[in-house]
Amino acid sequence: MCTYLTQTVAVTASGYSNDEWLDVDRAVVSFDHPERTPFEHALRIDLRTDDPARRMAIELDASSARRLADAIISMLDNEEVLALR
Amino acid sequence: MTDDAMRASTISIKGSGGDEIEAYLAAPVGRGKVSGVVVIHHMPGYDRETKEICRTFAVRGYAALCPNLFHRYAPGAKWNDAAAAAREAGGVLDDQMLGDVQGAIDHLRSLPDAAGKIGVIGYCSGGRQTYIVACSLGVDAAVDCYGGGVVVSQDQLTPERPVAPIDLTPKLSCPVLGLFGGQDRNPSPDHVAKLEEELQRHGKSYEFHSYPDAGHGFFSVDYPNYHRDSARDGWKHIWNFYGEHLAGA
Repeated sequence: MCTYLTQTVAVTASGYSNDEWLDVDRAVVSFDHPERTPFEHALRIDLRTDDPARRMAIELDASSARRLADAIISMLDNEEVLALR
Repeated sequence: MTDDAMRASTISIKGSGGDEIEAYLAAPVGRGKVSGVVVIHHMPGYDRETKEICRTFAVRGYAALCPNLFHRYAPGAKWNDAAAAAREAGGVLDDQMLGDVQGAIDHLRSLPDAAGKIGVIGYCSGGRQTYIVACSLGVDAAVDCYGGGVVVSQDQLTPERPVAPIDLTPKLSCPVLGLFGGQDRNPSPDHVAKLEEELQRHGKSYEFHSYPDAGHGFFSVDYPNYHRDSARDGWKHIWNFYGEHLAGA
C-alpha cells in the first residue's frame, strides 16, 4: 500500500557520499514503497535541503531501522556521552 | 515487418492551475487514428519502468501520456529527487492530480492522430487516482491496478486526500477493469470485495481479476513484487478491455 506517512524534523547535520559532504537542514522520515531496497515497504530517510538535488537517502527494512534507532538512542543515553552534551 | 513505429519523448503539458509540467508521450507513427491512454505512475515516481509502460501502449497502437505528478514539487530535478520532495509535502493533492490528468487528456485529444477516446490506467497510488479520475473526469475506460486507499474510513482522510474514492462510485462514468493481488494488504481481498459490492449496488460496469499468488505491485518489473504470470495475464486483460472500450472512435 501507499502509506503517505511522513514526518519531517529539523536537523543540524552533514552527510557524506561519493567524496562530497553536504550540509543538510532536515530529515524526512517516511515508511512507504522504497526505490531500491528489495522490500514492499521500507523506512526511508531523506536528509535534504531546499535544493532537491542535494539529498542523501537511505532505505531500511523495518527491523534494520529499529536496530539503528535503538543504537542511536543507546549511544545518546550512554553516560560518557551524556557528560559531553 | 511489424508495425510498431513510434515517437517517444519527454514533453511539457499544461496541468492543474495552468502549471507547465513534465510528461512522457509515446505515440504510434503511421497507424492512422489512435485512442489515447493516460498512464498514472506509481508511488515511487515517474521512473524508467513507467516510461516503458507508455512505450508498451504505443506498440499496441495507443498514444500514451504519463504526467509527472511530482514535477511541480521539484521542477528540473531528477525523478527520484522530485518524488522525495513530494513525500516531504505529504503526497499529491487529489484536486491537483485531477488538474494534471485533465491536462494530459486535453493534450492527447489535441494530437493530430487522436481518434477521440481516452483510457486511463494507474498503478499503486496511481490505481487509487485512476478510480477518482473515472468518477470525476470524462474518460471512456479505466484500469485500476492494485490501487490502495480506495476503501478507507473517515478517520483516514486528510486535507491532501479528503475523499474516500469508494464514496465517489455513484459518479463513475465509464467501465472499470480492476487487477489485484491476493497477497496485497491494501487493497486487501476484503477491500476488493467491498469495492465490488459498491459497484454492483450502483449498477456499474466493471471487471475484476485477482491473482492469488501476487502481492502489491506485481506489474512492476523493476521492483521486488513483480510477478511474471500475473503480470502477463493482467496485460492480456488490459488489451481486451481497451480493445473493447477504446475502439471505434
